Amino acid sequence: MAPLLEPNAGFKFDNAKRNQLLSDKGYMVPTATKTGTTIVGLIYKDGVVLGADTRATNGSIVADKNCRKIHYLAPNMYCCGAGTAADTDFTTSMISSQLALHSLNTGRDARVVTAMTMLKQYLFRYQGHIGAALVLGGYDVMGPHLFTIYPHGSTDKLPYVTMGSGSLAAMSVFESSWRPELSREEAVEMVKDAIEAGIFNDLGSGSNVDVCIITKDNVEYIRGYSQPNERVPKEQSYRFAPGTTEFIATAPAATANDAAAMDVS
Amino acid sequence: MEFGLQLNERPMEAPREAHGHNHWNPYVDTGGTSLAIAGEDFVLVASDTRQSDGYNINTRYDSKAFELSNKTVLALSICSADGKRLYEILEQRAQLYFHKHDKPIGTEALAQLLSNTLYSRRMFPYYVFPILAGVKADGKGVAYSYDALGNMKDVTHIAYGSAAALVQPFLDSQVGFANQRNADPNRQLTRDQAMRIAIDAFTGSTERDIYTGDWLEIFVVDATGVHKEVRELKHD
Amino acid sequence: MSIMQYNGSAVVAMTGKNCVAIAADKRLGQRALTVDMGFDKVFPMTNRLYVGLAGLATDVKTLHDRFRMHVNLYKHREERTIAPKTFAHMVSHMLYERRFGPYFVEPVIAGLDDNQQPFICNMDLIGCPNFPNDFVVCGTADENLFGMCESLWEPDLGPEELFETISQALLNAVDRDAMSGWGAIVHILTPDGVITRELKGRMD
Repeated sequence: MAPLLEPNAGFKFDNAKRNQLLSDKGYMVPTATKTGTTIVGLIYKDGVVLGADTRATNGSIVADKNCRKIHYLAPNMYCCGAGTAADTDFTTSMISSQLALHSLNTGRDARVVTAMTMLKQYLFRYQGHIGAALVLGGYDVMGPHLFTIYPHGSTDKLPYVTMGSGSLAAMSVFESSWRPELSREEAVEMVKDAIEAGIFNDLGSGSNVDVCIITKDNVEYIRGYSQPNERVPKEQSYRFAPGTTEFIATAPAATANDAAAMDVS
Repeated sequence: MEFGLQLNERPMEAPREAHGHNHWNPYVDTGGTSLAIAGEDFVLVASDTRQSDGYNINTRYDSKAFELSNKTVLALSICSADGKRLYEILEQRAQLYFHKHDKPIGTEALAQLLSNTLYSRRMFPYYVFPILAGVKADGKGVAYSYDALGNMKDVTHIAYGSAAALVQPFLDSQVGFANQRNADPNRQLTRDQAMRIAIDAFTGSTERDIYTGDWLEIFVVDATGVHKEVRELKHD
Repeated sequence: MSIMQYNGSAVVAMTGKNCVAIAADKRLGQRALTVDMGFDKVFPMTNRLYVGLAGLATDVKTLHDRFRMHVNLYKHREERTIAPKTFAHMVSHMLYERRFGPYFVEPVIAGLDDNQQPFICNMDLIGCPNFPNDFVVCGTADENLFGMCESLWEPDLGPEELFETISQALLNAVDRDAMSGWGAIVHILTPDGVITRELKGRMD
């Protein structure tokens, strides 16, 4: 093993003072990629259905047309993320690994409330600075569960939930159609309709619908369950004839070995 | 005593803009994109029709480009309301011109009139970036681009609006043949080529710009008049 | 002005058929003043893996050095070269580690994996990865590059076709961005080796 070069747990703040200085001088601190998202979840007769759109934005530009917003937490649990894209990615993957260790320690599948508590305690500790808004769904010994977790660490437990910038559009579908004891087909269709309401009516959401159906002992994760926004074929090809671009020299390729050679003797 | 102290204290600072409705901003960006491509004997103008505010769509069909005459089309990006008002003013002036001179106003005259109209509001400008395109008296296609204050320039290709940064380099490449060693700089685009480039510019920017989409209005102006075509764009 | 615009940059990567290309401009500026026209923003990590760094130049240098160190440590620890996907996750973690005091850099990663299949990836400055199968862009000319790439890119381009496409995308994009340009470099990674070319473009 290589010697430990630096402490490797937790966040590092060694750039924070410099960045604060730059910020005080009037240089704006750049924004991270957001998932101006529509994410939803509902409970139906046999379990939970989660849904998400697949657009990630950076300001008014689409940074990722087909990103994955339903994150794996445990074999019986998935979690939709809205807000700062990096925060939802890393928070869910960190809690996922803690849940795996928890399951190994206890010899049981983790419960959904456990994941919910771990997430809310983690987010509360960072006082909202970790911008993750989550919809957590799963099935455990106590049956199906659905939670929302806000960036500051508060939680809700409800039979149908929506989050993200398209949450109002999606909730309009649930408020007008949801009822207890939905069938699987009805539930998945309703989730699709809710996400599509967000995709079409909220500019922060777009592209495809991902769904995840969690039942007792089974998970069905469908990427691109609905793809209502495929690009039409281009009118023509824009290939350029060989030799179009003038180049000055064919530089010898710098190999990694030249550049990276490091005396490690 | 208590009152006296309070009166001597500095009044509480008014909340900053970020807190909401204290500062009303007259300049609203309702998004959307327009482009123009001038050919030898025609000119093409294309605009999307989405009108939005933040993450909300106000309407999916709000025209940004208008026929001013059978020779001229005016496309107005950024603020929909200012664009419509400016169009009304220009249309009225065109009517007055017709009655006064007993002939329709030409593209060049309209172009200068638009510049003058914009500059007349130097201290409280319309929040629009207009493109005026048409055929000139000699039958040649022409497009004029303006800033909000009236600075005018005739161009072969131009893009304005929320996806201008996406479209403009593409037009430089495909209409202006920039950076191509073997391209003939005098090569002229045909009408069909211009049409294909305009459509691909919009399908491309609809993919990446959240404010561009819904429908695409394409106007082709030539000696026979203005020909309008509407195509569907993505709605997400 | 954002600190990401202080030095100016444009980086793009594209996939082709059994090849991948990465290109960047060569400008180093201090806001509107051009200081250097030969500033490298794309670096080889292995013979099959390049990384491009757009953003604040001091952090470009720092991160390049740190990536190099970690790639070398990986090689010694694992006795194999790092795969593009592994490298991408390493970069992602290094950036997210500084979530609350980030490096002002957006990386672009381009490489060929063990099966000679193209791999591209980009991240925001706190390491949120994005793995599309067409192209990735970043820098001050990102919107211009998006517009170019959306129209120009098509699947299964060969190395020479890919060179023309990525070069035209970059040159026309930087010509409409005041903060980037002043020369450009393109690397095409193929199973047979890397083709590196310096482009002739406008120097204004």
